[in-house]
Amino acid sequence: MDSNSLYYSLELVAGSGHTLNLEQRTALQTSLVILKKNYKFHRVLFWGKILGLKTDYFIAQGRGEDELEDKKNLYSFNCMDWFLLPPASDSMINEVSKATKGRFIGDPSYVYEHLEIRRRGEGDDAEEEEIVTKVIEESRLAVTVHLIDEEVSVVPRGAFVKNPHGLVEMNRSFGGLSHSEAAKLDNFLHFSKPKNLKKKSILEMGELNPAIDFFDVLSDDIPKGSWSLQFECASKVCVLRSLLWLGLTFYHVPMTPQHGYIYIGYGTKNLDLPFML
Amino acid sequence: MDSTDNQDGGPPRLQSAETLKAFMLKKSTKSNLNLYDHLVRLLIKVMDEHPENVVDVFEDMSCDVKRDLFQDKQSTLRDLPQATVAEQLAEQQRLLFSQQDDADQEDELVETPVPNVNEIGFYLEQAGVGLGREEMQRVFLALKQLVESQALLRCRLWGKILGKDSSYIIAEAEHREGEEEEEQITEESAEEEEKEAQEREEGELDLLPQSTYKPPPVVPKEAIGTGANKFVYYVCKEPGLPWVKLPSVTPTQITVARQIRKFFTGRLDSPVVSYPPFPGNEANYLRAQIARISAGTQVSPQGFFQAGEEEGDEEDEAPHDNYELNPDFEGIAVAEMAESLSTWVHHVQHILLQGRCTWVNMAMKPEQDSNEDGEAEEKEEEPDEPQPEVGPPLLSPLSQDAEMFSTPPWSSKMSSTLTSQHAVAVLRSNLWPGAYAYACAKKFENIYVGWGLKYAGEGYSPPVPPPPQKEYPSGPEITEALDPSLEEEQALKDALEDQQDVQEEMEDADEEEEEDDD
Repeated sequence: MDSNSLYYSLELVAGSGHTLNLEQRTALQTSLVILKKNYKFHRVLFWGKILGLKTDYFIAQGRGEDELEDKKNLYSFNCMDWFLLPPASDSMINEVSKATKGRFIGDPSYVYEHLEIRRRGEGDDAEEEEIVTKVIEESRLAVTVHLIDEEVSVVPRGAFVKNPHGLVEMNRSFGGLSHSEAAKLDNFLHFSKPKNLKKKSILEMGELNPAIDFFDVLSDDIPKGSWSLQFECASKVCVLRSLLWLGLTFYHVPMTPQHGYIYIGYGTKNLDLPFML
Repeated sequence: MDSTDNQDGGPPRLQSAETLKAFMLKKSTKSNLNLYDHLVRLLIKVMDEHPENVVDVFEDMSCDVKRDLFQDKQSTLRDLPQATVAEQLAEQQRLLFSQQDDADQEDELVETPVPNVNEIGFYLEQAGVGLGREEMQRVFLALKQLVESQALLRCRLWGKILGKDSSYIIAEAEHREGEEEEEQITEESAEEEEKEAQEREEGELDLLPQSTYKPPPVVPKEAIGTGANKFVYYVCKEPGLPWVKLPSVTPTQITVARQIRKFFTGRLDSPVVSYPPFPGNEANYLRAQIARISAGTQVSPQGFFQAGEEEGDEEDEAPHDNYELNPDFEGIAVAEMAESLSTWVHHVQHILLQGRCTWVNMAMKPEQDSNEDGEAEEKEEEPDEPQPEVGPPLLSPLSQDAEMFSTPPWSSKMSSTLTSQHAVAVLRSNLWPGAYAYACAKKFENIYVGWGLKYAGEGYSPPVPPPPQKEYPSGPEITEALDPSLEEEQALKDALEDQQDVQEEMEDADEEEEEDDD
């Protein structure tokens, strides 16, 4: 969620049980301003918190000119001193998914080790080869933040537009979804590069607006029902929770442009989802 | 133009033209017209009339075309006012804010059963937990309403369990004397009804073959006020909506709930579709999870409670389940509480594998009514007496909790590092994500806000169904023989005929004499 709206938007997502205490909130108000200036970001978002066994990571995200492409993630332990996370590459994602399991520890230099025994050749002259994958928690953090952004970050339809130069930017004339629109999952989009946008019939494409509809729709997610949509805060705020990444909460106040998402959780994907629905 | 062929592979221009047409064919929700038809009508009018300077009067013509269409302005349908959810909820919540006349009377009472939710909320916020301040206030008022309507003696906010469609706000209350009788009576009458129904059915129908399977004896439920049923729980979806009392929990429900992993839907009456099948609906599942969470995560500073005095009962029998406030409790320094887990103790009984807090010997039970043959047999089959399960005693420190999936069961910290003099000690359960406890000076509180699911480590694998029953051992008497072929049949027939011929000849020889007599 945008750092400028932090003071009221935290209240709207508190229904999931997590919030920040006053000390952290005030620290964020100060440090995010400095962060924005130092890194020359256009916008700074408070992205969330990943709960470790010993300490928690606070994550902030800086956005540049293109809201979708120019993203930088930073982490902090005390909401004051921020450290840049490395960008997640494919090889890093592979290594992390292989080596890490269980909960975050809370120490960025903690090393996860994974021993893999590969057999080469056949029969008696097979050679056993041990491959050790070592991953530090900092790269695990970078990959986790990247994956969560990729898989479950949400924006309401129309909140972002693609300008003629192909840059994704905020839609200044976005007035918010109506109450009936906000009750439907089709009006919420993944804020990540589209994966199955082209597979639609012409009749469905006719209703879409190329300047707005360049993201995947949440209602196409597999398995069906991986989102929980509710109205909270006296039924005034539309709240979406991801059941795939437990801890991701999105809010949107219908008829206003206010929206945002936050992740406060353990940084592990809910792989048991198919059994749980 | 064969548009169907070009749907996918055609030139992009053609496809975009088609998308545009689809868009233009979309009907307006206001006038029920679409742009495509309108343009067609307009152009026909232009072709028919050929007016001068068409481009200047085009807009007027468009208006004319629209006006020419017959429109029935007056609707005979009446406006149906439909209250939105928000409006309905606001009506319900208005009652929370109604002033009561006997407000001055309450001030005289020193101890009120309504907890100070605002104070709890203040401390919880320091711990990084909460439902939002406004929501907390609403919950506060809803709890007050609950206490007043049910005349509860003591009540506390247990927490909130999130569901797919809506969430549950849960209040924990001490049960009142006399309540359990009501429930038991209703259960008994239900059982009797069932029996009657069975008898009736038996009278009407032919007797079906009876199954010889005897279900294993059901572990008896704990009485209300003890063990897992020590407290009663009330839930509501939103503050202001009516509170619903949850049924008491049975040991089977707890043991099955341990094996399944399901999200709550948010509707108490919805069935729980799972394997192994869960006995009961979501209300029962919710109650079972509440019992498990309470037993695992309700903690207090050491010394706040002390073991209650036993009333001269046998000592080694079941760990005592009562405790009382320790009047001499001085409070433990916050830094120490955040530092070591041994300063925290469980004050809710551990639930045993059996699904109860106090162990019952199931093998002993059949003796009570030994006149039934079936149960006597069963007794013979289980000659060895099972080992009684023993859980950790009440008020045992958290440092003795077992580690699961190489994850320590608790994380503790201080709420603030900058002003640690006034911080509170915060405890977070890693086995039940969402369970928190705080303590500062003489105050402490537990709360659970989460999905109601235990940490499952690597990944959940559902229990496998039992192996299929063994087939009947196959022997020669039941194996199917091959059908004889035509030749074989013929051969057999011939052989039989030959035999008959021989017999007949023999008989003929005997009978010849008799025939002669006739």
